[in-house]
Amino acid sequence: MIEIKNINKTFGDRQIIFDVSFTFLPGKCNLVIGESGSGKTTIMKMMVGLVTPETGEILYDGADFLSMTLREKQELRKSIGMLFQGGALFDSQTLEENVIFPLDMFTDMSKEEKLERANFCLKRVNLENKNKLFPSELSGGMKKRAALARSLSINPKYLFCDEPNSGLDPRTSIVIDELIKEVTEEFNITTMVVTHDMNSVIGIGHNILYLYKGKKWWEGTNKQVLRTDNKELLDFVYASEFLRELRPK
Amino acid sequence: MEKLGLISHLGRYAMLLNRTFSKPEKLSVYMRQIFREIDSLGIGSLGLIAIISIFMGGVITIQSAYNFTSPFIPLYAVGLGTRESIILEFSPTIVSLIMAGKVGSNIASEIGTMRISEQIDALEIMGVNSAAYLIMPKIIGSVFIFPFLIIISMFLGILGGYVMGVATGACSSYEYIFGIQSFFVPFNIAYALTKTVIFAFIITSVSSYHGYYTHGGALEVGKASTKSVVYNSIIILITNLVVTKLMLVH
Ligand SMILES: Nc1ncnc2c1ncn2[C@@H]1O[C@H](COP(=O)(O)OP(=O)(O)O)[C@@H](O)[C@H]1O
Ligand SMILES: [Mg+2]
Repeated sequence: MIEIKNINKTFGDRQIIFDVSFTFLPGKCNLVIGESGSGKTTIMKMMVGLVTPETGEILYDGADFLSMTLREKQELRKSIGMLFQGGALFDSQTLEENVIFPLDMFTDMSKEEKLERANFCLKRVNLENKNKLFPSELSGGMKKRAALARSLSINPKYLFCDEPNSGLDPRTSIVIDELIKEVTEEFNITTMVVTHDMNSVIGIGHNILYLYKGKKWWEGTNKQVLRTDNKELLDFVYASEFLRELRPK
Repeated sequence: MEKLGLISHLGRYAMLLNRTFSKPEKLSVYMRQIFREIDSLGIGSLGLIAIISIFMGGVITIQSAYNFTSPFIPLYAVGLGTRESIILEFSPTIVSLIMAGKVGSNIASEIGTMRISEQIDALEIMGVNSAAYLIMPKIIGSVFIFPFLIIISMFLGILGGYVMGVATGACSSYEYIFGIQSFFVPFNIAYALTKTVIFAFIITSVSSYHGYYTHGGALEVGKASTKSVVYNSIIILITNLVVTKLMLVH
């Protein structure tokens, strides 16, 4: 479980995040949704320490992240997996080396154990026998899956995904979403997914935070989203006239 | 790279170096990286260095012979002069400048690309000290391998001088060999290798700095790479002057 409490963030003289609090639950996909520029990525970056908020608290299972020393943060990060928008695979390494990398760095596993773990993770994302390919040889969807395999290799307790299906076709998007949901439930991971994709909201939105211009505007589940009467959220969900007409009354 | 004053650049460079030389997470991984860098930075440049050294050695010999027309200068001075030019200046400084172009732009664009494609963020999120992981092996690898490259360059330069000198009739084989054996000062080698080690450190650390603080897109990566070559060259030339003053002028 990760809790954020009363987070504020200003870039220059523009406040981007206003007093946002939310609880991210274990074993669930916790979605942060909102229009482009509403501050979703900024919240994620604050949670993993790439950006520091001015005020507020970030608690990882009760441990105060913001007051940790660099060493303590590095220690915690060994239990964090992150799926970047572009995958962020290491170009100079094969898929297998990419997946093994965190194991090399942080475990004392033998060569065979590492290889076994890599094969397990690659298989889990349907990339078995692709061990020796380089990232440049993969399609967008494969890159995302490979990046997911890499973030899973160390058995993360926390998983962060920034727009996991941006730039993918609808079918591949659903495959990625389903994978994220499955591993989240299977390994009881506290997963945060940043998205503005309605398919994801409906498909995996078990716990949703809706951001509007940097403020928490609404929270709830995918079932509640469809029946909300929050005006801004409605506009976001039913972006098109067509959908608005289909809205359940 | 945003607009920063010289002092801010120096401060940020010092902070980056400080982060670079902190305790590695896993020694074995770093050792493996160091060997990779030795291979790609050092061995990968061997061909280029060999060709340049042989040709430059040849040209230095021919030019010396062309200039030493006075009957009071013995012809073995051609060999002697070639040896000294190559050991004191050509191999350590000119070859380092060439390496600043080849290796420097390579490092800046490699690290810059990793920055803009979030690979550096990915390392940080994993809990890896990205500065140490990416930069330390390059610095250590080059500081280790550059002196060997420069010694090879010296050897090939003097060999090139011999082959060209004899082939063009600029001096005889006997005179050239007599020349390169005369008045040898071992300290000059120490001076040359000291410069080399300093230049190796400059090339890798300055280029890494430019790559590490890239942001934007492919265009900025290109700019960082160009900038690193320019800065490297200027810093090498100034350092060359300072080290020469300190070590050779008494
Ligand atoms: N490092 C930064 N410096 C200045 N402004 C930033 C920075 N990062 C994000 N912003 C601004 O903060 C706002 C929210 O950005 P972001 O969190 O990326 O939105 P989202 O991910 O929801 O599209 C945007 O207006 C963006 O321009
Ligand atoms: Mg974003």
